[in-house]
Amino acid sequence: MKKKFLVSLVCLSAVMVSAQESDLEAVKRQLKEATELFQKTMEQQRQVIESLNKKVNAFEAQQAGATNRPAGGQVVQSTATNAPSPDGTPQKRAWSPSDPIRLFGGGQNYINLSFDGLFSAGTSTAQDIDDLQRGGHDPKQRGFTVQNLELTLDGKVDPYFRGQANMVMTIDPDGETIVEAEEAYAETMALPWNLQLKAGQYLTEFGRLNPTHPHTWGFVDQPLVNSRFLGGDGLRNPGARLSWLMPVPFYSELFLSVQNSGGETATSFRSSGAHSHGGEEEEDALPFGFRHPDNDRGVRHADDLLFAPRFQTSFDLTDSQTLLLGSSAAFGPNSSGAEGDTRSQVYGVDLTWKWKPTSHLGGFPFVQWQTEAMLRRFKAGAFDWDENGNGVADDGELVDLRTGAPASFRSETLTDYGVYSQLLYGFRKGWVAGLRGDYVWGQRGAYEKFAKSFNGELVTSDPMRDCRWRISPNITWYPTEFSKVRLQYNYDQRRRIGEDHSVWLQLEFLLGSHASHKF
Amino acid sequence: MKRIFATLSCFALVLAAQAKLNVVATLPDFGSIAEQIGGDSVKVTSIAKGTEDLHFVDARPSYIRVLNQADVLLESGAEMEIGWLPPLVNSARNSRILADAPGHVILSRGIQLLDVPAGPVDRSMGDVHPAGNPHYWLDPDNAKIVAARIAEVFGRLDPKNAEAYKANLAQFSGKLDGKIAQWTKQMEPFRGTKVVTYHKSFDYFLKRFGLELAGTLEPKPGIEPSPTHIKALIPRMKQEKVKLILIEGFRPRRTPEHVAQQSGAKLVILPGSTGGHPQAKDCFSLFDYDISQIVSALRR
Repeated sequence: MKKKFLVSLVCLSAVMVSAQESDLEAVKRQLKEATELFQKTMEQQRQVIESLNKKVNAFEAQQAGATNRPAGGQVVQSTATNAPSPDGTPQKRAWSPSDPIRLFGGGQNYINLSFDGLFSAGTSTAQDIDDLQRGGHDPKQRGFTVQNLELTLDGKVDPYFRGQANMVMTIDPDGETIVEAEEAYAETMALPWNLQLKAGQYLTEFGRLNPTHPHTWGFVDQPLVNSRFLGGDGLRNPGARLSWLMPVPFYSELFLSVQNSGGETATSFRSSGAHSHGGEEEEDALPFGFRHPDNDRGVRHADDLLFAPRFQTSFDLTDSQTLLLGSSAAFGPNSSGAEGDTRSQVYGVDLTWKWKPTSHLGGFPFVQWQTEAMLRRFKAGAFDWDENGNGVADDGELVDLRTGAPASFRSETLTDYGVYSQLLYGFRKGWVAGLRGDYVWGQRGAYEKFAKSFNGELVTSDPMRDCRWRISPNITWYPTEFSKVRLQYNYDQRRRIGEDHSVWLQLEFLLGSHASHKF
Repeated sequence: MKRIFATLSCFALVLAAQAKLNVVATLPDFGSIAEQIGGDSVKVTSIAKGTEDLHFVDARPSYIRVLNQADVLLESGAEMEIGWLPPLVNSARNSRILADAPGHVILSRGIQLLDVPAGPVDRSMGDVHPAGNPHYWLDPDNAKIVAARIAEVFGRLDPKNAEAYKANLAQFSGKLDGKIAQWTKQMEPFRGTKVVTYHKSFDYFLKRFGLELAGTLEPKPGIEPSPTHIKALIPRMKQEKVKLILIEGFRPRRTPEHVAQQSGAKLVILPGSTGGHPQAKDCFSLFDYDISQIVSALRR
């Protein structure tokens, strides 16, 4: 009908025009236009027929009980031009009882939900496995450890924010279940000037490893330098972070985070829980720097908060090689000793290089080399162990063996270093061999240079700053990207304690929405 | 806030009118079509390489920069890029390509996808995509739908050149129609030939050209071949007289070669994506190359 109408319309107009102008050229032009219009209409009609044919086929297939039935959000669209509606929104279709029911990933996508379980089993020659494995989610006992049970929720909050929450549970060696609100933050999606704001509770973007979760790591345990400077559970606190994607031809991003400087996840800062035996308050343990953290001044000024700037940049060296370089810092007060303006600075540089050929299968093979080096300058406050002022060495006091009286320390700056370097080689699909080296050491402080006794034991150097290193080869098998099995051996060497050997077997499984991988 | 967004999109349109439309395609197949539709009025960057396993592309930080500058993001959809695209878009802080922005185009919408699961899916079935098989660009008819969609989006975001995009589309579709006729004729003698593929990545191609999928080397999508599965597959291939085994260049060769040798089928290595072989430079030469490989293998 439409076709005939159009054709007659065109013919009519052509005749009318020719009658008026009575010019041969004009008629020829009109005829050419009419022919073009006719052909265009034909083409459109042909496309409609084609698309209707496709629809008929689809319905026939559906009735024949075939499985290729459009469902959920995917509905065949056919318009007169064989193109979908301008915004690409699928047409709504009535629900039928045979339709698949989806909790997520389908039509609505309010929340992506996933659960990750990370477990390990193994043994170690060390008598003090708690001290050997300083990471909060490391295997901590002979036998089995529940390292990390993580519930992740994320989604778009509204047109302006996306939100994410990571709720983590672990079971400590005493069988106690510990719940951590590890991360819960909102992040803007499109602020002007290439800015992005993140606010809530989150892992500080310091270095490569700190902002990531244990199940994404290439090794069973946390690198020693991270445990020592940023804490077993990582440096994380409530705060806000602004980042700026710099307008330069290569990827460069600048971050500035402002967070609370207190609490047990602010190691090196106003954390109160850093003792040389485990994370918990213990009467028979010496605190970090051999002085109690009694100097917590609270937050009086803006600079009593924790400030963490970071700069990172990346280059594609070739189609198959990527380099990422970063430098980070964290500044804030600490509560060491009894008095003084004690502050800490942690600096870090990191390098990640990855090779993955452009003909990879499932992401394999690949080689990834990641190294982080850190420096900490920690101002330890003045502290006198003779807290009751009687001048006599009482129980639970550190005694200066040169005088026999309770030890008294002046304020001093403690400088520590740490580095780890890891190489991961994905040698065939699903298989990764890894090797990591850890090294942490500190400059000997004045407080370490003389003999002391604590609860009848001779003490000189601070075990939380003493030199130690570790070599960890491992092998991981990923049956799919949703599970892994890992076997790792650790050779540990601690000054004044000696060598230890540990073997850990790790299992991970992931349920729920598909994980996306950041570089 | 709505007004701000409206202003921003107007601003984007003004910018687009001044400069070339900056187009980012996740896959080179769509990048290639976008180049043909956009001509000199667009600048096209493709993220994935045609040689790689498209489900597992690295989210290299440089792509954040690329996406930050984009006026248009052409996404394949059907969870093809789920493992790597979301964090890149989140980091790109570009309102023009956020979900539901005019510049974010999910090309699978408007395409009839194969293998849409009839019932609920879970991961014991392997990496089944709930939205359907995402390798749809290997049906040239779908390439036409994609091209029409791209021309429509380009015309809307860059009205100044809308006529040129329409003309390019007409030229592209005309050329493709001619090619489809040629390809169909080339493949006609082999209608009904049974083939085995490694992954379910050639289903659209097979359906379009009348070949029949008799099985896959993977026991389940994304799960590598197991001895048990291969052992059962070989006699079945012999019985059903399977002629060809089709695999992409990035697949391991040992198992396919073994199966080919045992079953008598010929092993053909085919790019599944534009750029997957030096001769498969664009949408046309991809099919030219794939079809010539299949035809010459079946003639041998």
